[in-house]
Amino acid sequence: MTASGATNGAATNGSGQAGSAGTRSLSIRGLTKEYRRGTPVLKGITLDVAGQGITAIIGPSGTGKSTLIRCINRLVEPTEGEIWFQGIDLARLRGKALREARRRIGMVFQEYNLVERLSVMENLLCGRLGYVSPVRAWLRRFAQADIDRAFELLDIVGLKGFAGQRADALSGGQRQRVGIARAVMQRPDLLLADEPTSSLDPKTSVEIMELMADLTARNDIPVVLNIHNVELAKRFAVRIVGMAGGHVVFDGPPGDLRDEHLKQIYGGEGWLE
Amino acid sequence: MNSAPALPAASRENPFPVRWTTRAVWIGLGLYVIYAAARLELTWERFVFGLGNGGRFLARMVPPDFTKMDLLWKGLSESLEIAVIATVFGVILSLPVGLAASRNLMPVWATWPARAFIALCRSFHPVIVAILFVKAVGFGAIAGILALIVASVGFIAKLFAEAIEEISLKQVEAVRATGASFMNVIFMAVVPQVLARFTGFATYQLDSNLRNSTMVGIVGGGGIGSTLFTAFQKFDYDFVLTILLAIIAIIFVGEILAGWIRRTFQ
Repeated sequence: MTASGATNGAATNGSGQAGSAGTRSLSIRGLTKEYRRGTPVLKGITLDVAGQGITAIIGPSGTGKSTLIRCINRLVEPTEGEIWFQGIDLARLRGKALREARRRIGMVFQEYNLVERLSVMENLLCGRLGYVSPVRAWLRRFAQADIDRAFELLDIVGLKGFAGQRADALSGGQRQRVGIARAVMQRPDLLLADEPTSSLDPKTSVEIMELMADLTARNDIPVVLNIHNVELAKRFAVRIVGMAGGHVVFDGPPGDLRDEHLKQIYGGEGWLE
Repeated sequence: MNSAPALPAASRENPFPVRWTTRAVWIGLGLYVIYAAARLELTWERFVFGLGNGGRFLARMVPPDFTKMDLLWKGLSESLEIAVIATVFGVILSLPVGLAASRNLMPVWATWPARAFIALCRSFHPVIVAILFVKAVGFGAIAGILALIVASVGFIAKLFAEAIEEISLKQVEAVRATGASFMNVIFMAVVPQVLARFTGFATYQLDSNLRNSTMVGIVGGGGIGSTLFTAFQKFDYDFVLTILLAIIAIIFVGEILAGWIRRTFQ
């Protein structure tokens, strides 16, 4: 129950194992991140994530959940440790190899991070930029198959007819739908989501989680997300990882998460009424 | 002792303290202006004499001379050509320089030389640059064009860099996370955010180059400035007025044109 893959160890035996689940599994070893020398945010995280379903990371603000997610696709540089995915240590990649690894990892952001002045269609096609030459991107000469797929995804996320709209004309929920569609456009082997519902109202949050769970299940994409809302985490995740103070303090299925764990994760108990 | 009632007024902090450094700066500035005026022998008599001379000069300018229209038109069209060519090449050159100078996307080894280059381009007034180019490549439009290209880079490359430094890095981060190459990130995440502002700067520079192109001619850089300088030297003050009116007209037209371009690119 504390630290590493006690529950999921069986599904992922170390790094880069072949096999249907193994190819999409993630193995983090001793991951440490210090933004300032001597004050680590992540203190030697070791975590194995199976190649299926949603793994939700919960924990108080500032405990390094976001840093952990961002270390995986290297939007944040890890200080120490290994991140094994498909037989590669992501923590060590540079240049072209890093870009090629990123192509296989989709990401959904708290504030959607759409390119505001581009159209919805262009934002979706941004998901294919790892495969397109700069000249083609500049001239918007994307492959027809990608464009067809983008239209198809727009239908699926409920934004039929929005292709030509500029992203800054959309509501928060619509933007996050585009954000999810953009990530799925990558045909990723792993989807990361950094607080995907924190900027949304409760009803939209549920809809967005439903959409993400549905789309990733349909395409067989494992998800690692961090989320503030414990109820949402329990409802959608197959596994909950509780973090506090840069350590993993709970790891198990949602059913095992008790009030005492939440006390341990968030501290205090007055808020648990 | 925390429970003591309100402190006596005298012991409180003065809410409007006298700022002696500010005061000293103002006094120093006033003294320097008096000193400088005395050194340059600025007197009321000299000013009144100048006014009288100016009146006679103005009288010789009217009515404007509209007989040399072919000369005027040749000068104007050359100025326009200088301005447009200088702006186009200035902008093309400023794009990579401005990008290289933006500290949020580029490492220090790129921003430092780029910023030094921009500072170099900015350090001299276009007139001085124009004189240098006239000496270097000879009289004519080519010197004027080169001078204005330098001026354009000095001005808009810096503005481009600042515009890039103000973009939302969240959008850049998201595109980078898809595995996009550096140039793809530039084209799909940076350019869309800065295009409207860049267009604004470029049209502003066209406007500015149009004005400066009338000036580089005075030092031998071609265009209407040359015509103006010749007219001055021949004491054709009535033709000088015609040229000045024409320059005002072209600046107005430029202003309208620039506004129209900006709206188109919004």
